[in-house]
Amino acid sequence: MAKGSNFLIGVFEDEDVLLSAIRSVRGSGVKIHEVYSPFPVHGIEDALGYRRSRLSVVAFLFGLLGTTLALTMQIGMMTIDWPMIIGGKDYLPIPAFIPVTFELTVLLASFGMVGTFMVISNLKPWGKAKMFDIRSTDDKHIMAIELSSNKMSEGEIDTLLKSNGASEVNKKNFDEL
Amino acid sequence: MVEEKFDFTARAKKNLFLVIAAGILLAVVGVFLMNMGGHHGEVAAEGGHAFHWYNRLYANIWINNIFFSGIAVVGVLFFAIQYAAQAGWSAGIKRIPLAFGSWLPIGGLLMLVSFLAFGHDLFHWMDGTLYGEEGDAILKGKAAFFYWPLEGGTFPLFYVARMVLFFGVWYLLFTQLRKMALTEDEIGGTDLWYKMRKLSAIFIIFFGVSSSVSAWDWVMSIDPHWFSTMMGWYVFASWWVTTLALITLIVVLLKDQGLLSVVNSNHLHDLGKFVFAFSVFWTYIWFSQFLLIYYANIPEETIYFVSRWKNDHYAPFFFVNLLLNFFLPFLILMTRDAKRHARFLKVITPVVIFGHWIDFYLMVTPGTLRENGGFGLLEIGLLTVYAGAFIYVVLNALSKSALVAKNHPMLKESLHHHI
Repeated sequence: MAKGSNFLIGVFEDEDVLLSAIRSVRGSGVKIHEVYSPFPVHGIEDALGYRRSRLSVVAFLFGLLGTTLALTMQIGMMTIDWPMIIGGKDYLPIPAFIPVTFELTVLLASFGMVGTFMVISNLKPWGKAKMFDIRSTDDKHIMAIELSSNKMSEGEIDTLLKSNGASEVNKKNFDEL
Repeated sequence: MVEEKFDFTARAKKNLFLVIAAGILLAVVGVFLMNMGGHHGEVAAEGGHAFHWYNRLYANIWINNIFFSGIAVVGVLFFAIQYAAQAGWSAGIKRIPLAFGSWLPIGGLLMLVSFLAFGHDLFHWMDGTLYGEEGDAILKGKAAFFYWPLEGGTFPLFYVARMVLFFGVWYLLFTQLRKMALTEDEIGGTDLWYKMRKLSAIFIIFFGVSSSVSAWDWVMSIDPHWFSTMMGWYVFASWWVTTLALITLIVVLLKDQGLLSVVNSNHLHDLGKFVFAFSVFWTYIWFSQFLLIYYANIPEETIYFVSRWKNDHYAPFFFVNLLLNFFLPFLILMTRDAKRHARFLKVITPVVIFGHWIDFYLMVTPGTLRENGGFGLLEIGLLTVYAGAFIYVVLNALSKSALVAKNHPMLKESLHHHI
């Protein structure tokens, strides 16, 4: 979000109206910045043409890191650095290492996933959330369109949103905050 | 919506008979090859039981009895769980697990006859001499579990009664559920759905107890001196994931035939998640049993894994078991795409099904055949015979009614299922 960018905010009352509005707004070549809704709307990712999240790949890689770290740590401590026989097992008792390996895999996968999600979503503790319209946390669906990234004029987009069922269209500039 | 019906054509029947015939042929050739090997005589000198080729046949029949009867009853369990959980997504596919139940009378009869005919060759505890004055102290302590109310070493009345009771109640509840499901096709409404939910709850409670006891009876008592408190769960986990894989495979294959138009990639995704999740669940149960025994290192417990893991005969199966039932489904079904596409499911579900047959092979064979166990044409042939017969019964049951429950109150919900 570049500084000083202007947004048009379409407010929708109903998720079915919203979904068809998304399709027709995108169909007429307008780029939608983001849509906010108070509850999950089925099929909204497809309508917005979102690519699948790659968060699962992140989870897998962090999980793999956890597996590697856990095995390296245990083998390093118990087999290489200070070999010990415990309970009559080998110096390398792989089955005994599995619970710790499993736990570290799960721990790193979940922490890594949550951390990555927070970073990409700009959810810093000191970050300030940019709300297009506070009512999107209650009962309204909000469609934000950035004016500078679209060829259509402000008036045309306004008409387009209203003709697709927006109950009101507002303008928003975050510099005003 | 057009009513769909599965047509069990004469050609399909003929093909299945050919599969069964090929299986019989393989088994017979396998037996001949075994006898030509000619080493079975030597073992007799070791004392105890002499090994004959038919011991291996018996053990294999027993593996397949447990394996396919388990799939049959767990198919009904899957059906029952859908009602108890009021699941909507599965409304379109429930006829398939329900059809598995049609194997119950055959599987039960086969198991009972097998037990009466050659249980003595499979179960060490059936040796009557163990219960006398000079007998086996441990087995004398367990005698009532098998023989009550009779004396140890006579006729295992309690054991047989349990077997008859379990199959009887499973089959009774299955026929009731099936009758209601088919009546619902005719009259519609929601009354039958509520009745089936109640009956399903009864079935689940009964199955909860009986599946555990049948695991002790049919599987764990093969090694009668050994015990594991995980065995009930372990056998159930194996049955359950096999059944989920088989449901998925049949759904995918029926879709290839142009049937089951109510099923889309969202339903496949759910089935794929089931196979993935319960492959991991099976591994969890397997490992929970293994780790405690491995770590505690008490000889009377470790003997079970010594004869499987630290044994040249069975060590390959021990690792193949983990490869087929954990590593392959875990890695292949991990991504979302793999669960949503028939291509992947068609590859991985047969792997899981065969993998769990290996799992049962590993539970039964070391305890019954010891160093005489093997894996050859006899094993493959007999598995083919049973699989062919099972599929025949299931497809036959499927063709007897509409393939999709016409008046299921949640069919609409299933059509709009989206994940």
